[in-house]
Amino acid sequence: MQVPILKQGAYLIATVQSALTDEDLKQLRDALVGQVSKVRARGVIVDVTALDVIDSFATRTLRDVAHMIRLRGAETVIVGIQPDVAFSMVKLGLSLEGVATALDLEEGLAYLDRKVKGHNHEVRTHR
Amino acid sequence: MSDVKELATPTEPRLESTASRLRELVAHLRQQRAHLREEWARLITEAKLLTAMTNEEVFAEATSVYDNYVEALETGTYEALQAYARNLSERIIPRGVETHEVVGIVLLLRDVLARSLFAKYRDDFNKLNRILDAYEPAANRIAITVAVGFVQERERIIREQQEAIRELSTPVLQVRERLLILPIIGVIDPQRARQLTEQLLRGIRSNRAKVVVLDITGVPYIDSAVANHLVQTVEAARLLGAIVIVTGLSPEIAQTLVNIGVDLGKMNTVGDLQGGIEEAERQLGYRVVLTKEPAEEPA
Repeated sequence: MQVPILKQGAYLIATVQSALTDEDLKQLRDALVGQVSKVRARGVIVDVTALDVIDSFATRTLRDVAHMIRLRGAETVIVGIQPDVAFSMVKLGLSLEGVATALDLEEGLAYLDRKVKGHNHEVRTHR
Repeated sequence: MSDVKELATPTEPRLESTASRLRELVAHLRQQRAHLREEWARLITEAKLLTAMTNEEVFAEATSVYDNYVEALETGTYEALQAYARNLSERIIPRGVETHEVVGIVLLLRDVLARSLFAKYRDDFNKLNRILDAYEPAANRIAITVAVGFVQERERIIREQQEAIRELSTPVLQVRERLLILPIIGVIDPQRARQLTEQLLRGIRSNRAKVVVLDITGVPYIDSAVANHLVQTVEAARLLGAIVIVTGLSPEIAQTLVNIGVDLGKMNTVGDLQGGIEEAERQLGYRVVLTKEPAEEPA
């Protein structure tokens, strides 16, 4: 099942709607990393609220996405990890090290605003 | 055994059933009720049992136990006795009566009654033997019924209390928008640790918390399994986008955390709860300002 990617202002929002196969995850990764510079996005939000399980491959892919997008000049935040999922991930030693996380979409947007808007503002004042 | 029977047959023309022997026994115990009951109450006091109760109370309970005891012997049914034992336990457990006391008094009563049987039938050894044959199994069964009733009642109370403690044990309190505190008091066992994690993560989600202060001032020590669990909880909270600040670590807990090799970069710790809340407020962007001097002491 493909994950729809929406553009919202300077951000890309990918909302996972059902369990993903490894193939789906790779597709999501490639789509996000490809689109992020195409639309000159400043931030990316991956919403995983619908996921009941996040396994090692998913964790690694999400981390890769975040790092690749950082290299392409944007910020990533993973939102909506369920409490039970979070604890099972930690139990299995799957931590999203170096990746920003937030409670939900709203918090994720607030996080990106803090990270990115300040930057925009700086650019404007120096012009 | 056959000798006894041969000897017994001529003196006792009719064959006694256990029931008829018990009937005789019960009649004897009814007749001697006042005397035996007093004797028993005296022995209880002498043996320093049921010290939590006054003499009058001991005597009153002794009377009802005696009557229930005789009734159980007579009817051969133990339900009434069981119910009474449970009811008695319910009343005396809160007063600190111990298992050995309850077992002790029942055994004392068994002995008092046996002695009275010795005295009554001392001239007829065969008859005494047959009466005891009927009496002993019933008496033992009564002792077991009462003791088990007492222990079951105690276990029920313990279970209820554990349940109550479990419910009270992990309050999640919101002190400001986005700021929760979890004060933990008492030993954290693995089950409580699991519950704590669940409450904390659920609390973050339902209160949309960004910072959680986990105060463990009231926790004397933790073992390494629980310490690991705590570290994992902090990690999991981060995945929900919240920061956990742990406050009030005792020297023992600090030692345990160092021993398991915790990554201090992942764990925010502050000395005490006040410091933890101040740090949390700072992270949330709050600034607490004194608007006026504290009110004077009322005249």
